[in-house]
Amino acid sequence: MTDNTRNPTQLIGTTEELLAYSLALEEEAVERFTELAEQMEVHNNHEVADLFYKLAEIEGKHVENVRRASRGKELPNLLAWEFDWIDQGESPEGGFLEDAHYLMQPWHAIELAKQGEQRAVAFFKHVANNATDKEVEKMARELVAEEQEHVELLEQWQERFPKPDDDWDDDLDPPTILE
Amino acid sequence: MSRQSLSIALSGSGGSGVMTCGSMLLEAAGKAGWYGIMTRSAGPQIRGGEAAALLRVSNEPLESHDDSFDLVLALDPGSLGRFVAEIPLRDDSVIICDMAGGRRNATLPETAAREIDLPMKKMAKAVKGGRPNMIALGVLARVIGLPESSINRILDKALKSKGPDALEASRACVKEGFIAAVDLPAFTGPPIVAVPDGERWSITGNEAAGLGAVRGGVRFVAAYPITPATEVLEWLATSLPKLGGVLVQAEDELASINQIIGASFGGKPSLTATSGPGLALMTESIGLSVCAEVPVVVLDVMRCGPSTGIATKNEQTDLNIALNGLHGDAPHLVLAPTSLTDCIFTTQWAVHLAEAMQAPAIVLSDQSLGQTRAIVNAPADIAFLAKREVPEPGEEKLQGETYQRYAIGATGVSPMTIPGQPGGQYTADGLEHTEAGAPSSLYADHLAQLDKRSNKITGFNYGEHWADIDGTGDTMVITWGSACGPVREALTRLRAHGADIKMLAIRLLAPERPEDMSAALEGIKRILIVEQSHSKQFYRYLRAAYDLPGEVRVFNRPGPLAFKPGEIIEQLADWCGGDKS
Amino acid sequence: MTNATTGTGLKAREYKSGIKPVWCPGCGDFTVLGSLTKALSGLQIAPENVAIISGIGCSSRMPTYLSTYGFHGVHGRALALATGLKVARPDLTVIATGGDGDGFSIGGNHFLHTCRRNPDMTYIVMDNQVYGMTKGQASPTTEPNWEKGKLTPSGTGINPFQPLVIALASGANFIARCSSSDQNGTARTIVEAIRHPGFSLVQVLSPCVTFRPEQRDWKKLVQPAPVEATSDPARAARRLLTDKGLFTGVLFKGNRPPYQPLLEPGIDNIAELDEEFRL
Repeated sequence: MTDNTRNPTQLIGTTEELLAYSLALEEEAVERFTELAEQMEVHNNHEVADLFYKLAEIEGKHVENVRRASRGKELPNLLAWEFDWIDQGESPEGGFLEDAHYLMQPWHAIELAKQGEQRAVAFFKHVANNATDKEVEKMARELVAEEQEHVELLEQWQERFPKPDDDWDDDLDPPTILE
Repeated sequence: MSRQSLSIALSGSGGSGVMTCGSMLLEAAGKAGWYGIMTRSAGPQIRGGEAAALLRVSNEPLESHDDSFDLVLALDPGSLGRFVAEIPLRDDSVIICDMAGGRRNATLPETAAREIDLPMKKMAKAVKGGRPNMIALGVLARVIGLPESSINRILDKALKSKGPDALEASRACVKEGFIAAVDLPAFTGPPIVAVPDGERWSITGNEAAGLGAVRGGVRFVAAYPITPATEVLEWLATSLPKLGGVLVQAEDELASINQIIGASFGGKPSLTATSGPGLALMTESIGLSVCAEVPVVVLDVMRCGPSTGIATKNEQTDLNIALNGLHGDAPHLVLAPTSLTDCIFTTQWAVHLAEAMQAPAIVLSDQSLGQTRAIVNAPADIAFLAKREVPEPGEEKLQGETYQRYAIGATGVSPMTIPGQPGGQYTADGLEHTEAGAPSSLYADHLAQLDKRSNKITGFNYGEHWADIDGTGDTMVITWGSACGPVREALTRLRAHGADIKMLAIRLLAPERPEDMSAALEGIKRILIVEQSHSKQFYRYLRAAYDLPGEVRVFNRPGPLAFKPGEIIEQLADWCGGDKS
Repeated sequence: MTNATTGTGLKAREYKSGIKPVWCPGCGDFTVLGSLTKALSGLQIAPENVAIISGIGCSSRMPTYLSTYGFHGVHGRALALATGLKVARPDLTVIATGGDGDGFSIGGNHFLHTCRRNPDMTYIVMDNQVYGMTKGQASPTTEPNWEKGKLTPSGTGINPFQPLVIALASGANFIARCSSSDQNGTARTIVEAIRHPGFSLVQVLSPCVTFRPEQRDWKKLVQPAPVEATSDPARAARRLLTDKGLFTGVLFKGNRPPYQPLLEPGIDNIAELDEEFRL
């Protein structure tokens, strides 16, 4: 687990650092959604697989946005575990792998993505509130607004799908024995 | 010059040194220009039990004990009883025995042989630091006609590390023995023809197998000790580091087989040696070697089974498990040396074959071949080396999306990358797989890979080495392993009396060689099968694998009682006619 | 080192083979796969110089999913395969992976002796306290009163195997526990384990969402151990006395030299070996 006691302002003192965080966050989200899409494919949940691929594509665009914003700047080189995501070891946006289920429905998938965006909002809010550098604070607020927009978009998207019944995860067959 | 040989047995108990005496006598015989063999037999005690050294010397190379022994030297009367079945005597045999000492009230077993009491222990006491076994050495050397100088040369070498006093005492004892033997009946030993130093070797089958392994290219061995294979491992433990190789003592046989598979995956030709119980433990992982196509050699020095059986004695009863013990359809190689010196060639060839075909090879040696020490002609170094088909760096096979580790190809042998080679990454797998090595449960992939693994082994060109065939005629003896020795001697004797008999000693037991076998059996009307197995494993294998023409007779018995040439002659008597002596 | 995610050099995803895992979605092993690829990327080892070795079980499918060399062997023998490879090829980075059944039950003897032998390699055990591939039987690390194992319907009634205790007692040179809920922390620990000479054990609590769904709660229960790693086995042992299995972090970093025989020839010509046989 990442050390929780440090103030992220000690890590994020410059806009370059903030951009590095932002880039890592979006790139991890692409990876994560692609991974989840593949999991769903293997388990023949193609509707949700397509949705995750779509989410990965959207996150890919966010990666491009951050790269554009970083043009001409030299971002610090941080290893995956050198980022401090405040309340967990993982970058906030991608959604957690352990929340996946092979029978999950589009509603769940969007819920998972939405929670990620909400965590991203919380993260950048925290950075903005603790920033000592004006530029960092300004950029963090912009990122909060952007992530908040994503949350709202996902909320609208989610409304298009019914909330699943309580027995959504019933499997009519027993597990398969492999080896 | 015809064969003349002498058979000598020494027995003793309580750490009396008969093995040392026997070894020195054999080496002295070798130095003098004789060929010879020596086997050991012992009671169950680790130290102090009854022990016997069985020697035979000759002016021609030997592969078997004789039908009976000419001379027995017992350091105490009780020690001989345990070995009566292994030391058959004739009326004209001689037993020299120190009737004093040993087990209380012990007597010599009832035989018709002439008994001579010689107080060797008392004689040794008269020499400062003297030992009865060195008296025995002097006695035996004199009786069989070895010059005292040849014994002294051996003493100098053997006792160098023990200091001048020990050497002096031993020399004095040998001298006493020579003097005492003047009054004993002398035997006519084989003619002594001097040979230049180095032309003859003294080697055991187990050492020979180790030598064959390293000559073939083996540089990694994992080992768990087991009788009677331990000497192979001990020899390799000191020899491999000289060659930049290594022997790892593993925690069990499951570890040793898997360690060698791991090392071979890493590109090092690898081997382990074991005996029946260890082979049984290894079979699952030998199947892994088949499926993942990682070459390894497993040398099984067979002993009496089942279970712990008789761990120190010979039997040829791991044939079934070696051929059929792997689960699933698992094509692999099974080979057996046809003589003690052939342990070099067959093990070396096995390394070559395993590497060439990326498959496991089981070599079935046995206790008799492995633990016999022989004076032999220096064996030739046959140029069979480990050569694995490896894709060249930058070869097209590695340029594609995924390296096709298990590509079917024409021969079934697919080029195998070695870790470290860029672009050649794959996962070796015991799961059935596609040509690229991805796990697959599809019929088509299973069939294709089964065909591949089978074809590469059945389609290989083994040349003439699959068996040793000699002689002519319409009667044939088919045998294998340590049974070949007494069979060869039996046939030599029969042929000397005009009999026309063919011999087939099978070296390559799996895969079967139907075409070669048909050619060998051409015109054969009678077959004798000789094997050391209670359930006729070899006979059943031959029946299952080949069409055997004409009358088929089986001469089988379990271990530990070795075959004698005379017994095989008896089996053939009514087929050969004429003088069968 | 370069950034595992955003930097130059080989990225984490380039250590994946592209074969899609058969694990159940939600399985902790997905995260460990991510940790492993991030660790390899962090170390920037060329994939051809890495070998991932495994036995049988869900987590033992790991090698197939990586772009390194790999060996998926038989049940319980991963450490023996890996030891053979490492001794024969000390130049390679050898990592064994597997589960609690493979490593501590059928492979228990090899675990003991590999700790003892201390070859320079890393063993990542994804511990879910259950046999997943055979449909949910109790494993050596299962708690004694777990009654859902079909072969032990009244619970196993026997003490769970304690990997860290056994590893310490047997001589492992680096001992750590991670949680699959912390992908980056696990990646960091794997890097440390690979770099530390000798045999490194990394136990990863990795939930089985199919047969032990309650393990999803591990995420909330695990916590970093309150103390730093020690090089003193006695201190490490005392810490384990109060360990309930949910502390994460590096417990022990020893300084025993790894097992690695020299592989340098002492003679020029193999024919020199013949001399000992000549009369």
